Amino acid sequence: MNNGTLHKVLTHYVPYLLGFALLFATWHIVAVYSFKSVLFPPPLAVLRKAAELTASGVLIEQASVSLARIAAGFLLGVSIGIPIGLLMGSFSFLKKLLEPFTEFLRFIPSVALISVAVIWFGIGEESKIFLIAYGTVFIVILNTAAGVLSIHPDKLRAARTLGASPRQIFFFVALPAAMPEILTGLRIAMGNSFTTIVAAEMIAADRGLGQMLWTGRLFMLIEEIFVSLLVLGLAGFAADRLFRVAITKFGGKYSVVA
Amino acid sequence: MNDMQSSLPPLLTFSDVGKSYQALNGIAYQAIRGFNLDITEGDFFCLLGPTGCGKTTILSMLAGFEMPTSGSIRLAGETIQGTSADRGVVFQSHDSLYPWLTALENVEFGLRMRGVDKATRRERAIQQLRIVGLAGQEKKHPQELSGGMKQRIQIARVLANRPKILLMDEPFAALDAQTRNLMQQELRRIWLEDRVSVLFITHDIDEAVTLGTHIGVMQAGPASNLKGIVRVEIDGERERTQSSFIEHYRQVHAMIRDEVDKSRRHELSQSAGA
Ligand SMILES: Nc1ncnc2c1ncn2[C@@H]1O[C@H](COP(=O)(O)OP(=O)(O)OP(=O)(O)O)[C@@H](O)[C@H]1O
Ligand SMILES: [Mg+2]
Repeated sequence: MNNGTLHKVLTHYVPYLLGFALLFATWHIVAVYSFKSVLFPPPLAVLRKAAELTASGVLIEQASVSLARIAAGFLLGVSIGIPIGLLMGSFSFLKKLLEPFTEFLRFIPSVALISVAVIWFGIGEESKIFLIAYGTVFIVILNTAAGVLSIHPDKLRAARTLGASPRQIFFFVALPAAMPEILTGLRIAMGNSFTTIVAAEMIAADRGLGQMLWTGRLFMLIEEIFVSLLVLGLAGFAADRLFRVAITKFGGKYSVVA
Repeated sequence: MNDMQSSLPPLLTFSDVGKSYQALNGIAYQAIRGFNLDITEGDFFCLLGPTGCGKTTILSMLAGFEMPTSGSIRLAGETIQGTSADRGVVFQSHDSLYPWLTALENVEFGLRMRGVDKATRRERAIQQLRIVGLAGQEKKHPQELSGGMKQRIQIARVLANRPKILLMDEPFAALDAQTRNLMQQELRRIWLEDRVSVLFITHDIDEAVTLGTHIGVMQAGPASNLKGIVRVEIDGERERTQSSFIEHYRQVHAMIRDEVDKSRRHELSQSAGA
């Protein structure tokens, strides 16, 4: 048992940490020895700035504003998308009925709707939540419906012959069987949320990481820009890990891209 | 064909069962016609026949996945309508297992759905896994186990549910030859211990003689039905080298040879016509 944990640490976490160390080392070398420009700060300067901004409370505030917007919009999109996707995957009539909507709307990127969202909802929280929910909902619908449609019929037949009721089959077989694809949808949607929130906050917001990037540009606060990029990268990475773990829990395989 | 000594009423009866499919070109295809069969409790009935003769169709109707277009199927006196936990199915592919559950949870699944309390079902599942030779693998997920082990989970999952009859559609066909042999021996051993009634589909004569108490040979389709039944009277473990084994093999082989030829000719004429 102990041996197993050690083995897991060695084969799983150590390479990851090494990878991160390598990333920072490369960044350091490029910034210090190759670029040598104030326009490309080395990691230590950025980390120092990050510590400073954390201590003053600015970073936590800006980051939590953005992450809270992502969380709210994402949850809204998911809670609309999953039920619709499940219905579309289960009833071909509904699929045909709703496909014109989903197939049309999903090609309008949420960043293209920023102007509309601001006109409708103003520059506060509502417009951001709307944009993220919008960018989330169609991907989730599509993946959920595909997940239901791809359930192997033997899984459902086995449940019937084992004595499960239709309701039990839905909750204990169809839902978990579709879960890897549902989670894949969530994972892609989460990636989009980061794009959307940054774009929306750059264009129309008074707080958030996107706004921090934008004022950084206006006042040439290069280190602040990098701090905000670093936080975006780390938060995205963490969210993506969670989805990957969840996907494998349900017996699915995640793709490295997407 | 008819059993003189069996006075028990049959567990399972196919009466004049027919099944036709609507093919894509709109023409009805009569896969089965006038299929009659009695299976007595405790029989291990192997249904053998050339490809496409309708073996899976028979099993699907018995499981309740499909309805016969004519005739009826009765289990313990009741006409079959839809699926039920009375008739447990072991599928050819392990896609029927639930990868988000452990081996133990897969085996418990039917009992859990049917409201058996946790302690009882856990105990029964552990015992069942031991019987199929998977002791110690309870916490593994199906995708962590080999093909043969996955089929063992399927068998344990169905047996834990105590069905009146076990339906198996070529459950070992996707395994490599050695694993298949091993699984046949194991299934024989399990069956000798608990004598559950089984309908086992295969197109492998060896497999049928290794496992069956009865071997039903089906005619080539269309409008297939049962050509005849061979009783396999070899007690205990069976070996391919036993003279009685070879004798039964010959008997079944002679019966099925014509049907395989017929089905080939049918396929050739179909492809020539197309
Ligand atoms: N859903 C269906 N629609 C139309 N035709 C079907 C359908 N299912 C089976 N058939 C036809 O019925 C016949 C019997 O099929 P079945 O699958 O029962 O054969 P089988 O004996 O199990 O064959 P195999 O040994 O290849 O598994 C075949 O000719 C097949 O093409
Ligand atoms: Mg078949």
